[in-house]
Amino acid sequence: MTKSYEEIPLTPISDSPSTMNMTGLWRAFRPVVDISRCKKCTLCWKFCPDGAITLVDGVPVIDLKYCKGCGICAQECSAECIVMVPEGAE
Amino acid sequence: MTKTTIPEEEFTYPGSTGCPGCGANLVMRYLLKGLGDRTVLSIPACCWAVMPGYWPSNCLKVPILYTAFEATGAGISGLRAAYDAKGVKDVTVVGFAGDGGTVDIGLQALSGAAERQTDAIYVMYDNEAYMNTGIQRSGATPWGAWTTTTPGGATKNYKHEPKKDIMAIMQAHGIPYAATVSVAHPEDFVKKAQKAKSLKGLRFIHALSPCPPGWRMSPQLTVEVARLAVDTHLFPLYEIDDGRLRITRKGKGTPVKEYLKIQGRFSHLDESQVDSIQKTVDERWAKLLKRESEGA
Ligand SMILES: Cc1ncc(C[n+]2csc(CCOP(=O)(O)OP(=O)(O)O)c2C)c(N)n1
Ligand code: SF4
Ligand code: SF4
Ligand code: SF4
Ligand SMILES: [Mg+2]
Repeated sequence: MTKSYEEIPLTPISDSPSTMNMTGLWRAFRPVVDISRCKKCTLCWKFCPDGAITLVDGVPVIDLKYCKGCGICAQECSAECIVMVPEGAE
Repeated sequence: MTKTTIPEEEFTYPGSTGCPGCGANLVMRYLLKGLGDRTVLSIPACCWAVMPGYWPSNCLKVPILYTAFEATGAGISGLRAAYDAKGVKDVTVVGFAGDGGTVDIGLQALSGAAERQTDAIYVMYDNEAYMNTGIQRSGATPWGAWTTTTPGGATKNYKHEPKKDIMAIMQAHGIPYAATVSVAHPEDFVKKAQKAKSLKGLRFIHALSPCPPGWRMSPQLTVEVARLAVDTHLFPLYEIDDGRLRITRKGKGTPVKEYLKIQGRFSHLDESQVDSIQKTVDERWAKLLKRESEGA
């Protein structure tokens, strides 16, 4: 017996972009980039697990609404120009 | 435009609910950069069933069909049959499951899909334990590792059994393509995903997926630990294309203790245990080189 999709029991569907989740609120450490020393190597962008970095003319722009503060960008940066500072500190 | 070494277009949104530094997020990000937006995923119970976000949010720009824990292989066969029935030809069907959902409970469904030669890509992101439910050991947990069900203590009850060799199991099915990938080598990863996409039949991708809480390490080390896994030859990068094995990255031959020592799950190992892991890694690496030179 064939059923049309309208006869199948309803199932929950997720249809909104996850940009509604402010995962930046989880952060304990914040990445701070010294743009003047950036070599535009794109490594930080490449390795950010959360897609929180976009490149603007080769330089990273970090979206703190979503950055979870994992520190991978700082660890991988070829110029060592990203530091992680405790959230709440100046 | 900046020159990037992997496609700049993203198929994931920020706001995923994976842990900070989750390797499985990178696995998905690179996979979709290789496959593009005409992709549909079948995902079983695992961390990635939770990571897309709280309802009604989804961090992927492609659709996901959730299945039961053991059913990924059946899910991809069903999706492919549905697209065939509708005459849709340009969609890449992907099964995306954890190591537990692949080498343990999902193995028979995967074996069935391989035997039926389902036209789909199956990706196992391997964080080497049942992470979503609290770090229980799986068949893919390596020998000697701490997990919550191999907790050590006075009885020294760490994982006593070696890791299941899923690449060998899949090769035994005579599938057209199988490859290992690493989040430390996105260029190699994306290339293999693109190659898998260009082929027909059941293609298998094994991705090592570092998990900071499960591996007891700092989240910033996810890429570094994946790099060390390749450099120590513990997780070699290779592909088996139509039966021919090719190593895609030789690695530096770094001592395996460099990989082990940054992870708390191995911190109890003594020198002789580390030596025995090194010996196993060396033997397996020599075998792999031999297979490559023999073209098998
Ligand atoms: C039949 C069944 N048994 C147990 C579970 C509970 N469960 C959900 S996810 C999970 C672990 C998944 O481990 P793995 O496949 O390695 O993915 P990970 O969570 O590590 O990403 C378990 C045991 C379930 N959902 N269904
Ligand atoms: S700290 Fe982690 S999440 Fe934040 S921008 Fe760097 S890599 Fe991305
Ligand atoms: S990794 Fe460092 S040097 Fe490279 S682009 Fe990012 S900030 Fe610049
Ligand atoms: S437990 Fe591990 S695999 Fe699961 S979301 Fe967290 S880091 Fe990722
Ligand atoms: Mg797992």
